[in-house]
Amino acid sequence: MPVPKRKTSRSNTRHRRSQWKAAVPTLVVCARCKEKHIAHTACPTCGTYAKRRVLDV
Amino acid sequence: MPTPTKGPRLGGGPAHERLMLANLATALFEHGRITTTEAKAKRLRPLAERLITFAKRGDLHARRRVMTVVKDKSVVHVLFTEIGPQYAGRPGGYTRITKIGPRKGDNAPMAVIELVEPMAEQVVAEATGATKRAAKEKAAAAPAAAAEVVADSPESVETEVDAVEESVVESEADDSATEAAVVAEDAADADADEAKDES
Repeated sequence: MPVPKRKTSRSNTRHRRSQWKAAVPTLVVCARCKEKHIAHTACPTCGTYAKRRVLDV
Repeated sequence: MPTPTKGPRLGGGPAHERLMLANLATALFEHGRITTTEAKAKRLRPLAERLITFAKRGDLHARRRVMTVVKDKSVVHVLFTEIGPQYAGRPGGYTRITKIGPRKGDNAPMAVIELVEPMAEQVVAEATGATKRAAKEKAAAAPAAAAEVVADSPESVETEVDAVEESVVESEADDSATEAAVVAEDAADADADEAKDES
């Protein structure tokens, strides 16, 4: 069974991990309650999407 | 006819996907609105709409075709007697999918899939909305005539309201002042007592 010949250096590990980045979600302001929520998604605070009740809050 | 699905089935196998979609369709027609993952909602939509099309046709053959998917006879009865006729004037697009964000626990994107105009509630809402719109249009149509009359009246009303509010505030202020005076007297007595004790 093939195995790595060398231990991955600290430098290589850190270079690899420096590419782990969190993406910023696109937020929009709710038209009804003025809270920020994810775009194209029902507002979790007031439970509406496009002036229509979707969730029971 | 919707495009056949490419890629892997839901749940690991074609039979499992058929079973899951059948259960989802049954739940949707039973409750009118279900919460599920986005992927399942997207797969369910073409199946549910095809079943509703069968329900609109309404004959025995269509009923047998639907019974091969939805095994619950009472749900099929509701589908053919209530849901199907409700969409007689609607050429497709019987369901609505609304995304509701990721689920806690596994971060799966969730969605609500519902029948458009579920039963009577939405009809009432639409009717009230229509009357509101009509009222707005009327108000917009005749603002010029009413504008001058309205312009004088609100100011007088506002001034009256202000006067009332001010009087209320003053009375409250009087109360608080008397209370403060009482408290001050008590404090003075207490100080005097303390002074006596010390002496």
